[in-house]
Amino acid sequence: MSLQTLTYLVVGASFALYIGIAIWSRAHTTGDFYIAGKGVSPVANGMATAADWMSAASFISMAGLIAFLGYDGSVYLMGWTGGYVLLALFLAPYLRKFGKFTVPEFIAERYYSKTARIVAVICLIFISFTYVAGQMRGVGIVFSRFLEVDVTLGLVIGMGIVFVYAVLGGMKGITYTQVAQYCVLIFAYTVPAIFIAIQITGNPIPQLAFGSEISGAGVSLLDKLDDIVTSLGFTQYTSGTKSRVDIFCITLALMVGTAGLPHVIVRFFTVPKVRDARISAGYALLFIAILYTTAPAVGAMARYNLVNTIQSGDVGAPDGNLVYEERPTWMHTWQQTGLLRFDDKNGDGRIQLYNDANPEFADTAADYGWQGNELSVDNDIMVLANPEIAGLPNWVIALVAAGGIAAALSTAAGLLLVISAAVSHDLVKGIFLPDISEKKELMAGRIAAAFAIMVAGYLGFDPPGWVAQVVAFAFGLAAASLFPVILLGIFFKRTNKEGAIAGMLTGLFFTYGYIEYFKGLFLKWAGAPWGDNVAEHWLFGISPEGIGVIGMLLNFAVALTVSYMTAPPPEHIQHLVEHIRVPRAID
Amino acid sequence: MTPENRAAYWRANLQLVFGCLVVWFICSYGFGILLVDVLNKVRLGGFQLGFWFAQQGSIYIFVGLIFFYAWRMNKLDQKHDVHED
Repeated sequence: MSLQTLTYLVVGASFALYIGIAIWSRAHTTGDFYIAGKGVSPVANGMATAADWMSAASFISMAGLIAFLGYDGSVYLMGWTGGYVLLALFLAPYLRKFGKFTVPEFIAERYYSKTARIVAVICLIFISFTYVAGQMRGVGIVFSRFLEVDVTLGLVIGMGIVFVYAVLGGMKGITYTQVAQYCVLIFAYTVPAIFIAIQITGNPIPQLAFGSEISGAGVSLLDKLDDIVTSLGFTQYTSGTKSRVDIFCITLALMVGTAGLPHVIVRFFTVPKVRDARISAGYALLFIAILYTTAPAVGAMARYNLVNTIQSGDVGAPDGNLVYEERPTWMHTWQQTGLLRFDDKNGDGRIQLYNDANPEFADTAADYGWQGNELSVDNDIMVLANPEIAGLPNWVIALVAAGGIAAALSTAAGLLLVISAAVSHDLVKGIFLPDISEKKELMAGRIAAAFAIMVAGYLGFDPPGWVAQVVAFAFGLAAASLFPVILLGIFFKRTNKEGAIAGMLTGLFFTYGYIEYFKGLFLKWAGAPWGDNVAEHWLFGISPEGIGVIGMLLNFAVALTVSYMTAPPPEHIQHLVEHIRVPRAID
Repeated sequence: MTPENRAAYWRANLQLVFGCLVVWFICSYGFGILLVDVLNKVRLGGFQLGFWFAQQGSIYIFVGLIFFYAWRMNKLDQKHDVHED
């Protein structure tokens, strides 16, 4: 069977599975639609959270990113896992005890304010749309590479699938589909990793192979990698180029941002009990960790494979580099997608891959007769091309395609649901039409979901500048706006409406302004970015990716100061805080 | 469930949260970032120890930490008589 047919078959089968689950788990009430009727077991919720969380970026891009960043890539590994500790310790059990439907709803009730609710909805919508556009794009890319359809058509198919199970099944449908999607994506991720680990080190467990010796070489993978990349003018793999303070802040912003992402928080509303919410965060991180500890191993092995293939002989020797005409087939395939490009700058018919941006290496390169780096490799290739690089059978390649699509769809669905809930529950029911019947609210939720899918599809099809800044913008906003006020709402009884609103707005505008200034988001037409995005110009040496930390600190500081300067929250709010702090109901 | 045992429960909870946060901070920001160069002089198989903490070890500790927290909180719930059902 050809790869093409096989891929259609595997991806088609996975779609049939998702739709089947959606029909089986249709939502009948608003409780089903928003929080799956609070009936999800902690293990199932853990899997669903893992699939919800691990996006196209985690599945497709992260290992490749780490392969090129080396130690600096640790910010993503620690940042996107450590947030679950904060979630378990500070938010999940208490929000579950609160027991309502959405994150803005908590903020509205705790801070007895419609204004606070609207500010929270605005933050939520920006965060979620930024995030979802990337997922739709991911679906399009996987489709175009593996099924050889147009990116746009791929995107429309992806929208159609999400439409069926998000609109029909709501949270309930999404949850059980995500459980299936987790199984597909984790299998698709680990199988090629195991094969490659065996090929390079003989150890089948990628996490161990990462620290093992290369078969027959008598030197460990990481030492060899350090050695070979420095001889090509790159920074050592195990040390990075980012400053300590920036690494610190980016990691912290990603952790706090993770804990503040509405589509992650809301997953913990779906379990039956407070203690389920705590343990469920553990299961979620366990399932996430399987991929997140494999990814750096895949990154290192992929980098080694790539460098070793190109630099087939001694560095600097005339016959040390791969002859272009003898390149392996996977390079042919990926050249067609434009994600891999070759330009024979010195005309020797061989491929040179080295760091031509390193001034200290320039003389050495000139001595070798090299006239610039000749191969540019897109990060995303690393995971997608892995099975081909390792020469694995076609069914594994088909599986990776299905896994990439599962990762993108599961995250997209979770995001679309929180967007639709924010519209139907927080805006329609909470602000404009408080007397709306449950049936009508459910209908409003479905319409909002359908509308959100259209917008997401459009953003994925023609991404405006701001959606490219997922890491800085979505995580920065979540860290600087939502996380602090939710935490204060639970742990500091004295925080009041005035403090929360002032804090959220400060965090929001500071973080947004900084990112706009250095990267340009919505004001490109007015000349943004205005600042040169280099370390010398950054505040305290913190890049836009890490600035959410300062936004968060400002939010805390302003919220507390304003709260203590204004009247304390009313009696019933103090009682509400007492109520959410203990698992059992109090009178 | 009196207001007094609720207050005692909350204090015990805050202590546990603080302890977990210290571990969380040390294994990631401490070993993986601030002390990475020092720890990299130590080897763990084919890994430099600081690098291992940054790309593997901290994640394992995070997972263990949440399960530990959930286990201890369940015991606290029982001890202070605030558990569900």
